Amino acid sequence: MNEHKRVRVLIAKPGLDGHDRGAKVISYLLRDAGMDVIYTGLHKTVDQIVEAALQEDVDVIGLSILSGAHLPITEKLMAKLRHAGLGDIIVTVGGVIPRRDLARLKSLGVKAVFPGGTSFEEITHFFQKEVPALRQAL
Amino acid sequence: MSGARYIKDGEEIKEVILESGISVKPIYTPEDLKEIDYARDLGNPGEFPYTRGIHPEMFRKLPWTTRQYSGFGTPGETNERFKYLISHGQTGLNVAFDLPTQLGLDSDDPMAEGEVGRVGMAVDSLRDFEIAFAGIKMDTIGSGLTVNAVASIILAMYQVVAEKFGFPLDRISATPQNDILKEMVGRGMWIFPVEPSIRLIGDTIEYSCKAMPRTYPVSICGYHIRESGANPVQEIAYAFEIAITYIEHVLARGLGIDDFVGRLSFNLDIYGNLFEQVAKFRAARRLWAKTIRERYGAKEKRSLQFRMLAGGGGAGLTMQQPENNIVRGAYYALISALSGTQTMALCSYDEAYTIPTPKAALISLMTSHILAEEMGLRDTVDPLGGSYYIESLTSTMEQKISAEMRNVEAIGGMAAAVSSGYVQREVAKQAYRQEKAIQDGTLVKVGVNKYVVEEDEPDVELHEYNPAALDEQVARLREVRRTRDSRTVVRTLKDLEAAAKAGKNVMPYLVEAVKAYATVGEMTAVFKEVFGEYKEPSIF
Repeated sequence: MNEHKRVRVLIAKPGLDGHDRGAKVISYLLRDAGMDVIYTGLHKTVDQIVEAALQEDVDVIGLSILSGAHLPITEKLMAKLRHAGLGDIIVTVGGVIPRRDLARLKSLGVKAVFPGGTSFEEITHFFQKEVPALRQAL
Repeated sequence: MSGARYIKDGEEIKEVILESGISVKPIYTPEDLKEIDYARDLGNPGEFPYTRGIHPEMFRKLPWTTRQYSGFGTPGETNERFKYLISHGQTGLNVAFDLPTQLGLDSDDPMAEGEVGRVGMAVDSLRDFEIAFAGIKMDTIGSGLTVNAVASIILAMYQVVAEKFGFPLDRISATPQNDILKEMVGRGMWIFPVEPSIRLIGDTIEYSCKAMPRTYPVSICGYHIRESGANPVQEIAYAFEIAITYIEHVLARGLGIDDFVGRLSFNLDIYGNLFEQVAKFRAARRLWAKTIRERYGAKEKRSLQFRMLAGGGGAGLTMQQPENNIVRGAYYALISALSGTQTMALCSYDEAYTIPTPKAALISLMTSHILAEEMGLRDTVDPLGGSYYIESLTSTMEQKISAEMRNVEAIGGMAAAVSSGYVQREVAKQAYRQEKAIQDGTLVKVGVNKYVVEEDEPDVELHEYNPAALDEQVARLREVRRTRDSRTVVRTLKDLEAAAKAGKNVMPYLVEAVKAYATVGEMTAVFKEVFGEYKEPSIF
């Protein structure tokens, strides 16, 4: 990745859940932290998210999931990204995520998990420092 | 989560700025009441402008109604939960539906995968309502129906099941949420575009005034707008502008204001600063009465009375130390009682994690009982009335709500303000400001950014999703499709389509389709075909 390029992030709301206060707050946060942020809007299928990631040429997909369905949705997204040749997109998950599921999400290839209550500092640190490092390592 | 912001010098409070942007003085005196005229601005409870309460004796006569969120997985489980809550003194049901139902998807729709019965009851056809309401005295127990985009369909189902069980339609009382504009601001359970969505709400209001007179056809929800980040002033201002949109739509059909406005009620949110919330509700009662009388010339008392469900909001609760949410819930209940609510619905302490477990829901219900029976909240009406601070704050809140209403009206009213994304943007920006204040510590949330306790995985029992429920639901749906008279289904759906296209009131046609066991997905598909689908405006 060209290191001068701004990090492009797709904030995505998969599934039917309509609560996107968190998704919008994080969109503002990342925009203020210097990222290009695209928000998918509600009720997106995993296929629509993969398509948006391709069209928008993003570096990161930030899934926002509050419905409890984070494990099956994330598993499906990771598989479809690989299938679409987008396996190098960094995936993060935020929302209502019980701690006991963190390891499982990581094992699916998720690079960072931000359960409700995660500090802004931790989130911006990840996007400003770790994302560029991860991109360089590719 | 939020409250006031505090500027401090050590422990000394230098400045308090309420969420609505009001700076609080250290002392309030009779000077602050100079502009307030008792008869004009407050009035006795039960008298215009109803600042102190909509009934003369309020809780002396009857305590507030309590409602807890219920509605689980299958209609059978929901029915069991209903009976459990009724046996513990609950006087009204609050039915939650799963997301596919709320979005008009049948349980075997591919888009419904993983969501059937997850956050509420799955409903595909009349058969599900027959199971859920079996043995419920629908003539004495009213039901709040948490449904919006397909509220017309669900209301038709409620009517048909009540008729089937022998309850006269003038005895049953449903309160479908049926507020689509707030879904477009927060919560997101929209399907159709703005204008046809408003028309469907007009159909339910017009129809229920005649056919089901005890129904409250719309519950306008400031609640979800505030849960999405709005401050208390925005919550009321946007709720009122939404109400005005529906009112003007129905007036244009030729109904008189007194024919229906008394059937509209409000669903509002409680979290944050105690005094700001109490003042908010008192200001809302006064401003509503004035607006309905001055703008629309309503004559009847009923039309001017602002009826509300005021419940503790999930946005005030924390993931950290969830037991602390029991305490927060009790304060929210106190605020609700001090504000003269009609109905109280409290969030349960585990809601930051899950839909309420039976134990958590019972604690919320008992919180309300403790207030009513032990704490003296029924003793006298509007006990905070006359306080220098509360009355001053009530007046300031009213002025600020009016000002934000004028902002919305300047851009063409709520339909335009939602279509353009204005309201969504204002609310999201406010959510971001609040979150930043929590991050920088000027807004304290105990256990989150102050008095943090290191803890292991919180000991919250989760309401587990039961995949077997999906199989049961889909099996029942398929059986309904197999055994119903498909010619009647096709005919009633065709009639529905014709009525929707012709701009007729769709309710009688929905009733016929429901009786024929047409599915929620089939009826929604007819509307999608005729109305199209909503597109979210970009707010960034």
